[in-house]
Amino acid sequence: MLTLNHFLLLSGVLFAIGTAGVFLRRNLITVLLSVEVMLNAVNLSFVALGRYQGNVDGQIITFFVMTVAAAEAAVGLAILIALFRHRESLNPDAYTSLKW
Amino acid sequence: MDLILFYVFGAVAVLASIFVVGQRNPMYSVLLLILSFGALSALYVLLDAPFVAVTQIIIYAGAIMVLFLFVVMLLNAQKEEKEATARQMFGGPGPRRFGAVLSVLLAAQLGWALTQIRPALMGDAAPGISSVREIGRRLFTDYAFAFEATSLLILVSMVGAVVLAGRRSES
Amino acid sequence: MESIAGWVDANRTLIAHLVLIGAVFFLLQITAAVLVYMERKVAAVIQQRHGPWLVGPRGLLQPLADILKLIMKEELRPKGADVALFYLAPILSAAAAFAAFSVVPFGAETTLFGLLDEPLALGITDVNVALLVIFAVTSMGVYGIVLAGWASNSKYSLLGGLRSAAQMISYELSYGLGLAAVVIMAGSLSLREIVGQQSGYWFGFIPQWYVFIQPVGFLVYMIAGVAETNRAPFDFPEAEQELVAGYHTEYSSMSFALFFLAEYINMATVSAVAVSLFLGGWHGPFLPEWLGWIWFLVKVFALLFFYIWMRWTLPRYRYDQLMEFGWKYLLPIATVNLLVTAAITIYMGW
Repeated sequence: MLTLNHFLLLSGVLFAIGTAGVFLRRNLITVLLSVEVMLNAVNLSFVALGRYQGNVDGQIITFFVMTVAAAEAAVGLAILIALFRHRESLNPDAYTSLKW
Repeated sequence: MDLILFYVFGAVAVLASIFVVGQRNPMYSVLLLILSFGALSALYVLLDAPFVAVTQIIIYAGAIMVLFLFVVMLLNAQKEEKEATARQMFGGPGPRRFGAVLSVLLAAQLGWALTQIRPALMGDAAPGISSVREIGRRLFTDYAFAFEATSLLILVSMVGAVVLAGRRSES
Repeated sequence: MESIAGWVDANRTLIAHLVLIGAVFFLLQITAAVLVYMERKVAAVIQQRHGPWLVGPRGLLQPLADILKLIMKEELRPKGADVALFYLAPILSAAAAFAAFSVVPFGAETTLFGLLDEPLALGITDVNVALLVIFAVTSMGVYGIVLAGWASNSKYSLLGGLRSAAQMISYELSYGLGLAAVVIMAGSLSLREIVGQQSGYWFGFIPQWYVFIQPVGFLVYMIAGVAETNRAPFDFPEAEQELVAGYHTEYSSMSFALFFLAEYINMATVSAVAVSLFLGGWHGPFLPEWLGWIWFLVKVFALLFFYIWMRWTLPRYRYDQLMEFGWKYLLPIATVNLLVTAAITIYMGW
């Protein structure tokens, strides 16, 4: 019997995996990918709760989340490219000076 | 039947996400994330949300991930990653262990918090819940302001991305 | 024996569906083979020569010879190539190409002369977001090309792959807008319903196809579709004279055959969707409804002939001309078409 808790638990696990990626990985691209994982976990939560309530609001919120994710990925990657041009490194530990 | 499908796709999503975070080649990470999105899309279909499922594939797997792929290829991130050690991937052993403990703690807390609702059944879907017409109607009437705001957001991010990543004419 | 016959009898619909899936899969591959022959013969006629002539009567077994050759070639792989991605790319391309046909309707409902308990709609399935499914699957086809270009570890492939991918992404926008105009008029995303609304005639002899009410939309869709499949005047990234062969330079034998197959099936998908959206699907004069799939095939092959004709007649666009056309001309036209369609639909209260 599939319940709401199944979906919420799955969403929580995915969110934790994404957070671990953001905090632990030393490669900027993988960090951005982990942020996408987190956003997807949240999407799953929204759709599951919307379905539980029986209306379509959950699905609508996911559009806004997806749009925000797209905008954030675009700008994040642009910043990454700009940073890479300066230091030739994708390791966040390389960007430790406030001014270069 | 639904339960089996949920476990299959849930397992695929979790495993793919773990490998996205935990393996060294960023190109493979992007592809594994696409696999994870596919599994989530299947879960959305299970939740009577076919429109969100298809939109997920079109936007996330079809557009955002292509962007990531282009950047990975452009920065040629592969070369560095082939010899990456655990220290290069995750930082020293201290932060690694601390981070691992924190993540497990986070998962446990989220699991506890989210299941405080009494074990709830998925209610029967209201008629027309998944119809595109209904989604469109709500989006353009109740949520019209948010809709317009996101269009502005996309415009700003487009301009920002072009400005940030474009070549400077000086130096 | 008794129990098998009993089981078959009891599960007729399931068996019918499985047979349908198998038939569609098989027929798609036959279509690809026919296209191989058609392309070479039509090219020959346009160029005033004979074309395939020796293999079989009038060269009809030429596709068989091609397939045998491709199967028996040696499978090469460049030295620094990423093995997993190198072999994944053609699989992705071919899978995406085939998957798009899961929602295309071929014909009306039929009971196969009363063999089945309930009428079977000819088409693998139909969901209420069918058009978006096709769009989504086409977006996944981009990955086959990008990964092929990257995994080959060769400059020609990488450049060709990136250019191809950028072209496909750019023209996806106009593709979607062309579809959206039809969706506004039909009021549904389901291909079967859109075809269903195109039955009937005006004044008794003009069929109610959407191409007559949406000529601009049809043109936009066909041009974007041709650009999506990297064909005809938009095939700069894989033209023989330019970049060796673009993203599939380093592929040989079955992997190359898969790319080849994917390209032809993509052409067939664009044509089939165009037929369903604009040309009335399986509706046609003179034949009874249950033979509608014959008309469907006729229309699809007419569009495919048009595709091949374009390739061998028109000179190709240079890459920057191609991108400029997609963004600066086709996209505004598609947007204006959409706006006008929406305005008229609301005004006339359709």
